Amino acid sequence: MKHFLLLPAFILIFNFSSAQNKLYSSNKSEFSFFSKTPLEDIDAKNTRASSIINSSNRELVVRIPVSQFQFKNKLMQQHFNENYMESEKFPNATFKGKINEEIDLNKAGTYSVSASGMLNIHGIDQNRNLVGKLTVSENSLLLETKFEVLLVDHKIDIPKLVFKKIAEKINVSASINYVPYQK
Amino acid sequence: MKKLLVLFYLTLPFTAFSQEDLMKLVSDSNEVFVKTATFKASRIINGHSVETVGKNNLDFIISHRFDRLNRGFEEFFGLDAATIRLGLEYGINDRFMLGIGRSSFQKAFDYFTKYKLIRQSTGSINIPVSATLFAGYAIRTQKTFPQLSGFDRSSYTAQILIARKFNEALSLQISPTLIHRNRTDISTDNRTVISSGIGGRMKLTKRASINGEYNYVLPNQINDSYKNNLSFSFDLETGGHVFQLLFTNSFGMTERQFITETDGSWGSGDIHFGFNISRTFSFEKKSKMKP
Repeated sequence: MKHFLLLPAFILIFNFSSAQNKLYSSNKSEFSFFSKTPLEDIDAKNTRASSIINSSNRELVVRIPVSQFQFKNKLMQQHFNENYMESEKFPNATFKGKINEEIDLNKAGTYSVSASGMLNIHGIDQNRNLVGKLTVSENSLLLETKFEVLLVDHKIDIPKLVFKKIAEKINVSASINYVPYQK
Repeated sequence: MKKLLVLFYLTLPFTAFSQEDLMKLVSDSNEVFVKTATFKASRIINGHSVETVGKNNLDFIISHRFDRLNRGFEEFFGLDAATIRLGLEYGINDRFMLGIGRSSFQKAFDYFTKYKLIRQSTGSINIPVSATLFAGYAIRTQKTFPQLSGFDRSSYTAQILIARKFNEALSLQISPTLIHRNRTDISTDNRTVISSGIGGRMKLTKRASINGEYNYVLPNQINDSYKNNLSFSFDLETGGHVFQLLFTNSFGMTERQFITETDGSWGSGDIHFGFNISRTFSFEKKSKMKP
C-alpha cells in the first residue's frame, strides 16, 4: 500500500515530462481573409496567431488576436476593429477542436484532415467542421486550411449604407507551422 | 479501491492537458493592445486630433464653411457664400505624416507634418495617453495693398496633442499651442500667441459621434474683438468616408485663422455651418497573398 501511494508522485512527474513532448506549438502562422464585392476587394493578413496541437489526443486550439489583422487601407482596418469585430471587447478569435482522423504524427506524409470544434469569432461560438491538409515532417507539422465565415453566424452587423462594400461571406485561409513545444 | 485508483492513474495521461490548459499556453502575456481610433478623423473639428493617416494612405479632405447663420433669409442663412479648403494628407509610415492644404479664405496655403510620439496602450505596456506632435506653416497669397512680403504673410504653428480614449465612446484631447505670426493684422497683437485647445468626442453609435472643440487663447495677447473658437460637430462614417457636419464661429480653417483671428461670436449668432469630408485611398502595394 505504501508503494502504491508513492506511485502518484512518480506518475505525475513522468506524466508531466512525457506530456510536454506530446505538444506541438506554432512557430509561424499566417491567417488571411478575402472578400470580393462589386465595389472593392478587401483582404487582410495576420501573422500573430498561435496554436497548439496535443498529439496524444489530436486536440487543437488556435488563438488569433483580431486587432493584428493588417489591411492595406488603414481606415478599413480601423473600421474592421471598431465597427465590425469590436476587437477591444472581443480581442481574440479562437478555435478549440479535435482532429477527427487518427493520424500518427510521428509518421511523415501529407494527410487530408478535418477538425471539429468550436469556432469563436466576435464572442459568438459556432460548431464547425473545418477541412484541411496536414503535412508531417521530421520535427514539424504544417496545417493548412480554407474555410468560410458567414458574418450573420457571428452577429457581425453591416449597416445598410455600406452593404455592397462588404460581402456577407468571408473566405479565410490559414497555414500554421508547428514545432515540438518548449517551455 | 486499488482497482479504482489504478483506473484513475491510467486515465491521467489523457487528461493531462485540457483544451483550457492548451488555450492558456497559446495566450501571450507580452501582448500589447494599442488603442486605435481615439478620433475618427485627423481633425476633431477645426483643430488636429492625435490621429495620423496610415502608412501609404492618402486622405483627401474637402472642407466647407458657409457664411454666418445670422445673415438671414436674404442670404439663405449664410449658405449663399462659402469658403473651401482642399487638403491632401499622406502617411509616410503609421506614425509620421505630411499634409498640404489650400483655403479660399485669404487664399492661404498650409503645409504641416504630424508625428505620433506615443500611443495609448494596455497589456504588457501600459501607456495612459496618446501624444502627437504637430508643426505647420501657412502663407496667405491674397493680393493686398500695400503688398506684403512673403515673410510678412507667413505664420507658424507648433502643437502637442495629448489625448486619451477613456472608453469605447469617450475620448478627450488637450492641445497646447504656440502660433507665431511674422506680422499681425492688428499691430498691438502679440506676434507669438499661446493658447490651448480642448476637444472631445462622444460616440452615439458605432459610426456616429458628436464632437466639441474649444480653443482658449490666454488673456492679454490679442485684440478683444477676436473671440475664442468654439465648434460642435456631428461625425458620420461610412466605409471609406468620414463626414463631419459642424457649427463653428470661425470662417478660416488654418490654425492662425481659427485660433488667433476668429471674429465671430456665438452669442450674436455669428455661427457658420460647415462640413469636412475625408476620403481615404491606399497606395500600399498588393500584398503577396495567394488567392
